[in-house]
Amino acid sequence: MSEQQTTPATDERTEDDRTAETTQTPITTGASSAVRALENAGVETAFGVQGGAIMPIYDALYDSDIHHVTMAHEQGAAHAADAYGVVRGEPGVCLATSGPGATNLVTGIADADMDSDAMLALTGQVPSTMVGSDAFQETDTTGVTAPITKHNYFASDADTVGDTVGEAFALAAEGRPGPTLVDLPKDTTMAETDREPGPARPPETTTPPTEADAESVEAAAAAIERAEKPLLLFGGGVVKANATEEARAFAVDNGIPVVTTMPAIGSMPEDHELCLSWAGMHGTGYANMAVTHCDLLVAVGCRFDDRLTGGVDTFAPEAEVVHVDVDEAEISKNVHADYPVVGDAKAVLDQLAGEVGQAPDAREWRQQCQTWKEEYPLAYKTPEDEPLKPQFVVEALDEATSDDTIVTTGVGQHQMWAAQFWTFTNPRTWVSSHGLGTMGYGLPAAIGAKLAAPDKDVVCVDGDGSFLMTIQELSVAVREELDITVAVLNNEYIGMVRQWQDAFFEGRRMAAEYDWCPDFAKLAEAFGARGFSAENYDEAADAIENALAYDGPSVVDFRVDPAENVYPMVASGGANGKFALSEDQL
Amino acid sequence: MSGEDSTDAPEFETERGYELDGPGMPGPAPDERPHPEGRRNTHGVRIDPEAEAKPRHRTAVVSALVEHEPGVLSRVSGLFSRRQFNIESLTVGKTTVDGHARITLVVEETDAGIDQVKKQLAKLKPVIQVGELDDDAVRAELVLLKVRGDEPDKVHAITQMYEGQTLDAGPRTITVQITGDQQKIDDAVDAFRQFGIIEIARTGQTALARGDTPTTPGEEPGHSTEPKDSTYRDETDDDDENQLTHQP
Ligand SMILES: Cc1ncc(C[n+]2csc(CCOP(=O)(O)OP(=O)(O)O)c2C)c(N)n1
Repeated sequence: MSEQQTTPATDERTEDDRTAETTQTPITTGASSAVRALENAGVETAFGVQGGAIMPIYDALYDSDIHHVTMAHEQGAAHAADAYGVVRGEPGVCLATSGPGATNLVTGIADADMDSDAMLALTGQVPSTMVGSDAFQETDTTGVTAPITKHNYFASDADTVGDTVGEAFALAAEGRPGPTLVDLPKDTTMAETDREPGPARPPETTTPPTEADAESVEAAAAAIERAEKPLLLFGGGVVKANATEEARAFAVDNGIPVVTTMPAIGSMPEDHELCLSWAGMHGTGYANMAVTHCDLLVAVGCRFDDRLTGGVDTFAPEAEVVHVDVDEAEISKNVHADYPVVGDAKAVLDQLAGEVGQAPDAREWRQQCQTWKEEYPLAYKTPEDEPLKPQFVVEALDEATSDDTIVTTGVGQHQMWAAQFWTFTNPRTWVSSHGLGTMGYGLPAAIGAKLAAPDKDVVCVDGDGSFLMTIQELSVAVREELDITVAVLNNEYIGMVRQWQDAFFEGRRMAAEYDWCPDFAKLAEAFGARGFSAENYDEAADAIENALAYDGPSVVDFRVDPAENVYPMVASGGANGKFALSEDQL
Repeated sequence: MSGEDSTDAPEFETERGYELDGPGMPGPAPDERPHPEGRRNTHGVRIDPEAEAKPRHRTAVVSALVEHEPGVLSRVSGLFSRRQFNIESLTVGKTTVDGHARITLVVEETDAGIDQVKKQLAKLKPVIQVGELDDDAVRAELVLLKVRGDEPDKVHAITQMYEGQTLDAGPRTITVQITGDQQKIDDAVDAFRQFGIIEIARTGQTALARGDTPTTPGEEPGHSTEPKDSTYRDETDDDDENQLTHQP
């Protein structure tokens, strides 16, 4: 069969696609059609691990220009793809074989789902004739991943598999982003076809709004104009919608103070007067005071996670709420919206900017916010004879790197210190696991981030426990010659757990001690990376300089004060305004 | 960076690292801070502290038009269990449009919960439209009842009273079918209790909006004339109640 004969005339392909055909290898199988769909979607990099059921796809990748990065573990592939997507603002792609490959992806898919990160996962599957028979390496992947994907597909037809992959890719990025998955039974990918997939198109049943309806914008604008203590709350959606420019302008033009959620770190420059940094459990005192006392909360692209709100009964108790979100289901899900505005953050912020005639009269309120900044500065004790303070390491790393350095983290105390003591000024420079809180996210995320932005510095601030969970990915960083720096804040504990045990479990430190961790510097060297250790302030300064100067992956094992705790802290389910400044206040 | 061989001071000057007295950070302690009077309820609605209104549950009939593709039912039921929605019943069957099916759900939730049910459903990719039916809607349910066959005449009388049908009558058991709204079904079940109900199977409610109102917003009238699948329709008669689907 020649290509011309079978290409349907209705295909809406552009001239470009047609010219591309002449230079590209012709489609021969479902697998090559799936890979062509990735190419059509502009995919440049994919992360994965080989295996029986996914082999046809890999075989097709052999002929493709897509850079495939073999990871040490599929969880690493998923996190790397996730971070790649966050940094690039497009879906990251990961691949795994059936059964254990697919289940190893699950944590990374769930992580992307909770953080609304666009990602496409392609999984191999046993031949469809064997599905349901408990065949070797069979797992009901669509069943397992249904609750943690935006949508997933079982591709049962070689002629349409390319279109399915394209649709899944487009759907991942459309509206509120999220992970999608295509399960690819081996008979589909092996079967002969010469069908060129059409352009990547989202399904017809999904129609996310862009502009909000004028009435809701008018009502919200009027509420903003008459507010006396207005507060903007930027959520991750602001970054995802590429709306930081509009968001910043809206804040500045109307003189409204801004708090962010953790995923939105960098959406407002943290050194800007109006920026109160991030609110929530370990957010700044001033952000939490502002949330507690505002009379109008304008939330854009956020889902009111409980780590942000504490108990909803005490959240922004006197505020009317304007909630802008592209996902209507987020409106009034956790916190009732007095002014719901459904639309894309970028478009709606433009609409709002046009509608708000007069900036609210909030001079006193702005001054109040500044007072809170002075009352509750982020601070820590640094006498030289004390063990090295983790907060110092974060600040020193921040100062030694440029403003557009990308920071990735694991999950725990170190993540909070990184978020608190690094001053973020650019969007897409903070890459972390928020909603799921996945230990082990940091290193694979750093790999994904570096491949997404090779020109930027990438620093992974990790915990000893978190680092140990995906440490094998260091081999990938070495093989790919990635210039990333892993700063392990090694407190010989899974510190966040230890902090909670001390505060809420009478100091019974069950299973929290990690004094059995390997020598991370030596281990780094064993992987072929550079390793450094630092126990005091001087060593820390040297190590930072050397590690950043090293052109390749490096690991610094910072032996930090094991007793240090993260404050301020809003008790779980507590009131934001009652953040504790030390353990005896909890 | 400066101070090449200084040993007693950090080489990096940090902005915020300064000495504090006592544990923790500066600023008033939690109890010394002013606290606003306002409060919200568990649904995040601002409330008057004097009169805390407890959100009340109500029953809603939600109809979702979906693409009839494999897995759609498990996606919907998965959504319900995952989000802990209180679901009373769920029915599903094809419509007159090829490739479409209608799912009818009866949920017991607060207003906020019902709102979430509809929005979360609408988010699922195979879901085309979601509507909530008002009290006026046409609703029906089917029940099969198997009772002891000791008093066939009496059973027959009750069956007739409820406009039901006898599907199977043997020396030991009689099985009847009753269709109607929920109240009628409940009453019928009560009435049959006297004979000793051996087994019971209820389909759960299914429903359509009355008159010209579309059941889900913007729903187009069916294109294809008659469904080819004969199991779709009840063979006996064709009033509204027989638009029941036989496979929940
Ligand atoms: C995969 C996973 N397992 C367990 C947890 C629970 N958990 C949250 S924070 C934390 C401690 C993390 O320790 P470490 O990475 O050493 O960071 P530290 O808190 O010491 O900075 C644990 C165990 C988690 N978040 N993720």
